Amino acid sequence: MAWRKSVNIVMLSLTGACALVTVSVLILILGYLAWHGASAVNWDFFTKLPKPVGDLGGGMANAIVGSGKLLLIASLIGMPIGVMAAVYLAEFGGKTFPFIVRYTTDLLNGVPSIVIGIFAYAVFVIPMKHFSTLAGGFALGIMMIPIAVRSTEEFLRAVPTNLREGAMALGASKWKTIATVIVPAAFQGILTGLLLDLARVAGETAPLLFTAFSNRFWSPGWNQPIASLPVMIFTYAISPYDDWHRQAWAAGLVLLGLVLVINIVSRYVMARRAAFLRG
Amino acid sequence: MDRAAPIRSGPRTFLRRLMEGDQIAHLITLIFAASILLITTMLVYQLWVGSTDARHKFGWHFFFTSTWDPVAGDFGALPFIYGTLVTSALALLIAVPLGLGAAIFLAELAPRSISDGLAFLIDLLAAVPSVIYGLLGIFIVVPLMRLYIAPFLKATLGFLPLFQGPCYGVGMLTAGIVLAVMVVPFIVSVSREVLLSVPADQREAAMGLGATRWEATWKVVVPFARTGIFGSVFLALARALGETMAVTMVIGNDPKIAASLFAPGYSIAAVIANEFSEATGNLYVHSLVELGLVLFLLTFILNGLARILILATEQKGMAKA
Repeated sequence: MAWRKSVNIVMLSLTGACALVTVSVLILILGYLAWHGASAVNWDFFTKLPKPVGDLGGGMANAIVGSGKLLLIASLIGMPIGVMAAVYLAEFGGKTFPFIVRYTTDLLNGVPSIVIGIFAYAVFVIPMKHFSTLAGGFALGIMMIPIAVRSTEEFLRAVPTNLREGAMALGASKWKTIATVIVPAAFQGILTGLLLDLARVAGETAPLLFTAFSNRFWSPGWNQPIASLPVMIFTYAISPYDDWHRQAWAAGLVLLGLVLVINIVSRYVMARRAAFLRG
Repeated sequence: MDRAAPIRSGPRTFLRRLMEGDQIAHLITLIFAASILLITTMLVYQLWVGSTDARHKFGWHFFFTSTWDPVAGDFGALPFIYGTLVTSALALLIAVPLGLGAAIFLAELAPRSISDGLAFLIDLLAAVPSVIYGLLGIFIVVPLMRLYIAPFLKATLGFLPLFQGPCYGVGMLTAGIVLAVMVVPFIVSVSREVLLSVPADQREAAMGLGATRWEATWKVVVPFARTGIFGSVFLALARALGETMAVTMVIGNDPKIAASLFAPGYSIAAVIANEFSEATGNLYVHSLVELGLVLFLLTFILNGLARILILATEQKGMAKA
């Protein structure tokens, strides 16, 4: 019995150690990034263009704007498709077709991001014969669809049935019920879901490498190669220059800060909402 | 039940039903839903068509030869497939015990509020962009590897060919470690859910028969949740296989097959990331796209299996609950 009890204690403490290690990795990442990044983030980082190799200083203003532009296109592609498809799945839909759509969406979610990049390359870059903001935004947009569908459908389904029935009983047609009752009721949830989705693709690098490519200058319009924060982190991190490494840390801190803040805020909102719905 | 009868009698034509709005809304949302199918089909089609030349020229040989010579136009995928499989296997070797242990702690031992808090932190870990894992990999794991881990492994396990030869810091083992950190959150959060869905009476029965807490967990709860845990492992494997940036930054990018885990290697995703934008000539591009196709098929199969396994366990839990 003593043997079994000691095995019990040893193994249970080991599982605790596993949990501790896993969580401390997160703290390590945050700490290290904050320590290295904070000393490198300055005003220039947000306002200046990258300097040529050898010149110290400079910033990543073009990459910050670039990421914003890419995410804008991605949202314009991914969000409408995702939300509308989710409305179809949650409110209309029969049996077989929604099953196929859901299955395909999950499949699309599992496709490695680099493969999505190849797809965007084939659809945009080959016909246009050059890298462009559009191609990069398209790749990110495709990546947004699966999560937009899944989270939106979940929130639409969470709307209580009596709201639906109430609207129908007042004589509203189905689409009126959806547009004026169901979607507004689920709106906050849908929005946080989309925000999380955006945070996820904001850090994507692989699909941008050969679609949006990169650019050391401003990229006017939507039809030229464009810089983005993740790609800049990649190129700067694998470069041999110390000053570039410093800037990579700064960019990493800004990107991670953005992603984590969005995650924490939206998860908090979602948790409160779930508690509210439970009553 | 039909809606209120139309005021004017007569057959409700298609046009009329369309005018009432519901049908339009149905149709529009249907089109959006169908566009997802269209996009996915196009994706598969492009991968298939884009790799025609390579498929015709090399056939199955593509997977079994290891020359990668863009100048001579001779392409074999073996080193990349090897690198992808080895790094993913290493990642699982580290991540599965660690993740399962953490999941058991969170699901079986920790009070619910602490468990939820820690699970939240671990979920945040999954939200960290992969390029940031790569950045930390280059500047933390690579030096640690060169200065401490590799000398230690050589001293203790150096008689194995796996741990021989020079270590430059970058290499298979480094990539495996970084990947392990990246996939742990997936194993933890899915396994935790699955373990929590195991009915309480299973635990109670085991403890009632005199089992210790650990015995109840390891001999009753974990076997009950086995298929779901396998599902989470497949999910993690699919992630690891397709992971691009972090691996590209620490694997060393050298298309060779070496016995040593310290040696630099290359993975499918990494070679696409590095060479695609610079590839010249159809055959070169087509070979890279074929690698993409391989990656797609691998993750497709693994994700499908993972979903079935997770679903099976949760339904089993519900049926017995």
